[in-house]
Amino acid sequence: MSVWQAFIELMKRDLRLAMRRRAEIANPLLFFVMVIVLFPLGVGAEPNLLERMSAGVVWVAALLSALLTLDSIFRSDFEDGTLEQLLLSAQPLSVMVLAKVVAHWLVTGLPLLLVAPLLAMLLGMKSAAMGTLMLSLLLGTPVLSLIGAIGVALTVGLRRAGVILSLLVLPLYVPVLIFGAAAVDAAASGLPVSGQLYILAAFLAMALSLAPVAAASALRISLS
Amino acid sequence: MNIFMRWFHKMGSPPWFYRISGKMLPWLTGLFVITLVYGLYAGLVLAPADYQQGDSFRIIYVHVPAAWMAMFIYIVMAVAALVHLVWRMKMADVVLISSAPIGASFAFIALATGSLWGKPMWGTWWTWDARLTSELLLLFIYLGIIALHSAVEDRQSAGRATAVLTLVGVVNIPIIHYSVVWWNTLHQGTTVMRLDGPAIAPQMLWPLLSMAIAFKLYYVIVMMLRARGEILARETKSRWVRELVGGE
Amino acid sequence: MSEFFHMGGYALYVWGSVGVTAVVMIANAVAAILNHRRELCRISRRLRRERKSV
Repeated sequence: MSVWQAFIELMKRDLRLAMRRRAEIANPLLFFVMVIVLFPLGVGAEPNLLERMSAGVVWVAALLSALLTLDSIFRSDFEDGTLEQLLLSAQPLSVMVLAKVVAHWLVTGLPLLLVAPLLAMLLGMKSAAMGTLMLSLLLGTPVLSLIGAIGVALTVGLRRAGVILSLLVLPLYVPVLIFGAAAVDAAASGLPVSGQLYILAAFLAMALSLAPVAAASALRISLS
Repeated sequence: MNIFMRWFHKMGSPPWFYRISGKMLPWLTGLFVITLVYGLYAGLVLAPADYQQGDSFRIIYVHVPAAWMAMFIYIVMAVAALVHLVWRMKMADVVLISSAPIGASFAFIALATGSLWGKPMWGTWWTWDARLTSELLLLFIYLGIIALHSAVEDRQSAGRATAVLTLVGVVNIPIIHYSVVWWNTLHQGTTVMRLDGPAIAPQMLWPLLSMAIAFKLYYVIVMMLRARGEILARETKSRWVRELVGGE
Repeated sequence: MSEFFHMGGYALYVWGSVGVTAVVMIANAVAAILNHRRELCRISRRLRRERKSV
C-alpha cells in the first residue's frame, strides 16, 4: 500500500469511527457555545463592551474547545493497541499522525468554524469582521490541532494527562491566539488584516511540516 | 578519533563529569564571588544615578542579567535536548533536567524584578505587552518541562519526552528577543546587544556585564551541583559510584 | 550611608528586587547541595547495609 493510500485509509477510518459516535461531535460545540454565552452573563450585556471583546472571546473559546477535544486523537487507539500497530507498521509514522490530525480537525475544528459567526453575532461583532473571523479560524484551528497533537503524543501514556496537557500546550497556542484575535480586531476597525493572516498562514505551514514529525517521535517515546 | 570526538565522548561520561566538576567548583565559586561583589558594588554604589530614573534604574543590575540567563539557559537546554535525541548521550539529559529549575527561577526573577521596576517607572505592576507576555510564557514552558519530567515514571522516557518538549518550545525564544522590535511596546528597546554598540554609559555598563558573567558562573555552579546529585541517583549501582562513596 | 539605603526614595523597589533575587538564588543553590548530600547518604547507607549482610 502506498503512503498516500495509507494516509487516505487511516483518515477515512478515523472519520468513520467518529461518525459512529455522532453525539460526541456535539460536545465540544456545546462547550464552545456555553463559554461564549458565559461572557455576557459575567461581564454584563453592555453592547459596546461585548463588541470590543468579541474577537478575543470567540478565539479563546475556540482555543479551549480545541484543547478539550485533543485527548480523542490518540486515546482510544492507545487503549486498544491500535497505536502500537501503527508504530510497528511500515508506513512513515509522521504521515499516519497527520492523517489522524486531519480527521480530528474535520470533526472538531471545522464545525467550530461553521458555528463561530452565529456566536460572534451574539456578541455583537461587526459584520465587516465576520469574513476575517472565519478566515483566521480556518488558518488557526488546524494549527491548534497540530500543536495539540504533539502535546497529546507526549502525554498519552500518563495517568492524569489532562491537567499536564493544558500546561504544555497553552503556551504554544498563545501566538496563534494573539494573531488570530488581532486579525479580527483589525478587521472590525477597518484596518488591513493581511499581515496577521499571512503570519497565521506561516504558522500553519510550519505546523503542517514540523508538528507531525515531533508528534511521531513523541509517540515513539511514550510507547517505548 | 580526533581530539574533538575524544572530548565529546569524555563529556558524555558521568564519572568524568563528576570528577571534573568536583575540581572546578571551588574555582568557579571564587570567580563568581569576585564578579558578583564587583558588580553589586559598582552598580549599587559607584554608578551615577540615572538622569531620568534616579536610583531605581539600579534594578537593571539584577533584572537584565536574570532575563538574559532565562533565555540563555533555555538555549543550552535546547542544545542538550538535541544532543540527547540524536547522539543518545546520557549526560545531555542530566544537563537538561538540572538546568530547568534554574532557568525557571531566573525567568521568575526577571518577571518579579521587572514588576518592581515597572511600578515606579510606568506606574503599573504589570502590562500585557509583548516582552512581558512572552517572558511569562517562557516561565510556563519551563514549568511544563519540569512537570512533564516528573509525571513520566520511566526515567529514560521522561528524559526523551522532555527533550522533545524543549525543542518544540524553542520557537518562543526568538519571539521574546525580537518582540521589542516587532511590536510597539512600553518595554525599553534593545540597549546592549545592538549592531552599533551599546547605548548606555560605560560606568553603568561594566557592572552590568560583571553581573551577567556572575550569573552565568552561578548557573554553571548550581547546574553542576544538581547534575552531581542526579548522576549519583542514576548510577547508584555502578562500580565507580560504589568506590567513590565507599572509599570515603 | 543612609542615602545608600534610601536609594532616592526607591528603596522598596531596589532592595525588594535585590532581595527577591538573593532569596531565589540562594534557595536554588541550597536545594542543589542538599539534594547531592541526600544522594551520598542514601548510597553510603546502602553500601553499609550490603557489607553487613555479607
